[in-house]
Amino acid sequence: MSAEEPLLRVEDLRVEFPTEDGLVHAVDGITYQVHRGRTLGIVGESGSGKTVGSLTTLGLTRGQGARISGRVLFEGRDLLTLSEDEMRKVRGNDISMVFQDPLSSLHPLYSVGAQLTEAVLAHRDVSKATARARAVELLGLVGIPDPARRVSDYPHEFSGGMRQRAMIAMALANEPKLLIADEPTTALDVTVQAQILALMERLQRELGMAIVIITHDLGVVAEMADDIAVMYAGRIVETASAELVFSSPEHPYTWGLLRSIPRLGRSREESLVPIPGTPPSLINPPSGCHFHPRCPYAQPDHARIDPALEPVPGEPSHHVACLLEAGVRRALWAELRAGRMPEQALAAAGLPVEPA
Amino acid sequence: MTRYIIRRLLLGVVLLVVVSALTFVIFRILPTADPAKLRAGRLQNPKVIAAIRHDLGLDKSLITQFWLYMKGIFLHFDLGYSYYSTAPVKSLIADRLPATLSLTLGATVVWLLAGIPIGIVSAIKRRTLLDRVAMGGALIFVSAPVYWLGLILLYLFASDIGRFPLLPGANSYVGLTSDPLKWLTSLILPWLVLAATNAAIYARLLRGSLIETMEEDYIRTARAKGLTERRVVLRHGVRSAINPIMTILGLDIGVLLGGAVLTETVFDIPGIGRLNYDAITHSDFPIVQGTVLLAALFIILANIVVDIVYAYLDPRVRYS
Repeated sequence: MSAEEPLLRVEDLRVEFPTEDGLVHAVDGITYQVHRGRTLGIVGESGSGKTVGSLTTLGLTRGQGARISGRVLFEGRDLLTLSEDEMRKVRGNDISMVFQDPLSSLHPLYSVGAQLTEAVLAHRDVSKATARARAVELLGLVGIPDPARRVSDYPHEFSGGMRQRAMIAMALANEPKLLIADEPTTALDVTVQAQILALMERLQRELGMAIVIITHDLGVVAEMADDIAVMYAGRIVETASAELVFSSPEHPYTWGLLRSIPRLGRSREESLVPIPGTPPSLINPPSGCHFHPRCPYAQPDHARIDPALEPVPGEPSHHVACLLEAGVRRALWAELRAGRMPEQALAAAGLPVEPA
Repeated sequence: MTRYIIRRLLLGVVLLVVVSALTFVIFRILPTADPAKLRAGRLQNPKVIAAIRHDLGLDKSLITQFWLYMKGIFLHFDLGYSYYSTAPVKSLIADRLPATLSLTLGATVVWLLAGIPIGIVSAIKRRTLLDRVAMGGALIFVSAPVYWLGLILLYLFASDIGRFPLLPGANSYVGLTSDPLKWLTSLILPWLVLAATNAAIYARLLRGSLIETMEEDYIRTARAKGLTERRVVLRHGVRSAINPIMTILGLDIGVLLGGAVLTETVFDIPGIGRLNYDAITHSDFPIVQGTVLLAALFIILANIVVDIVYAYLDPRVRYS
């Protein structure tokens, strides 16, 4: 990580929603940063708080009765303290967002061109004709063929991939410094997914913006991200450069994610291993380490002690929130990487095979 | 689209013939006073009655009568003559139509001007005191019968019997062309009465529709673009939420153009509804037949207009 001031620095962000069933701790104190021109991948299961966190960055969870604390520093300014009107000038201008389902995220009753034009006019004092010309230019930029004609089409006349391209064009309308993409390829066909990721990489090179990509798909972050933050139950449990996360992951949850996806080049006999159990309730999260009920390596005291996100010994840029000792973790991952099951790894690392 | 409209219009004509036949049959089956006897007045001797019956064509078979009626409409656009006043039904309806048009269209403007803003504000300020007061009030107006509300307003504001004699009361209607100011003031109370229920219904419908729309992903997109909240609500939310309202608006106008019987009766406005009501009490079958046909025509046309307008409101809708 460079020493320069990060573009976005999120510090101890907490977002809680009061509901009839109790307080939902959607985001439970997360800290991360994004540098100019770089890509951060935020990875986690659905319900891990990754979307709420980024919506809060844009001020879009205000007005939903959310209790928000912490700091969201964008170019040194704390966005959480901005007035609604100041925040509006940031949205779609300095920071843009692309959402998961492009069909439901585009207004069905307005043409794609009208929606793009509106995005331009929201932040620029230009004529309608200029904004319209910009809309055509943007559609061309994201690779829509014959943009001058397609600009008048309605979203339902576009294919899924074209819709997501249009969403990206809309997000880029005012050349933002930061693009937040929330599961941008999840609703798309696999072949189209690759096109959209390639498009985002190209645009990042051309426009020099930073990207935060939110996904449950490690394949996507492997493709795109410079840095990765793994979220579980509203917290970041591991963060490091993408190389380190893939080569020497430290958190048992990250191991679970890596072992549950198919990868080319892995032997066919090696079976995929799902993470047992379901994501925890965010109203009453598990005590101690939130992951302990699903962790094959959890020890009895892990249900009591809440781990902090701390640097991995010898890797100052690599942080993990795990109560296992560093040496034990390395031994476990070495076994797992060799294709052994958690029980075998436990025995090899010298831990009791039937833990808590 | 053109082919679709033509097909709908042809279907409409078929429907009108069916409606006419049904009215014909119902009028003959239901026990009503014999029109010939009513017409005879004091000269109740069988010969006179038989002669009148022959004059009115009532001695022919039902099928023949219907055939002659249909022939009159299709060949000469002739709706027959009133048994009661012998005036042509066509001109009676033409005389009464302006009052009904004035009443219906004016009331439509009033209920839209009231219902739409209340619905929007209630949806946006959901669960606040404002919303609860508006929706509570709406419930009262939805439940209040037109004749009751009409009498209350007359009792309060009519210039002749009112506690606060501010506006002309019953039987004060004059045509727009003869005295525009008097036309306006005489219609204010009827407009309010006729609009009250619909304003309440529309406010509640729009509120529900808008609350649902504001949860849509594209509203989040609109906010993420950095639009003002006002623009997000009006251009993105209301634009979608208003579509179902437009559908029922067309049908409501169509129904009312066929005659707002209760309102016209309470305020003694000489409209289609009043004409129909009087004709029923006089067993004046040609007028009943004519007004029913007119009401059916308006409803059929309203349906077609709604479908056409819908295709313009929602680009995803295409007819073939």
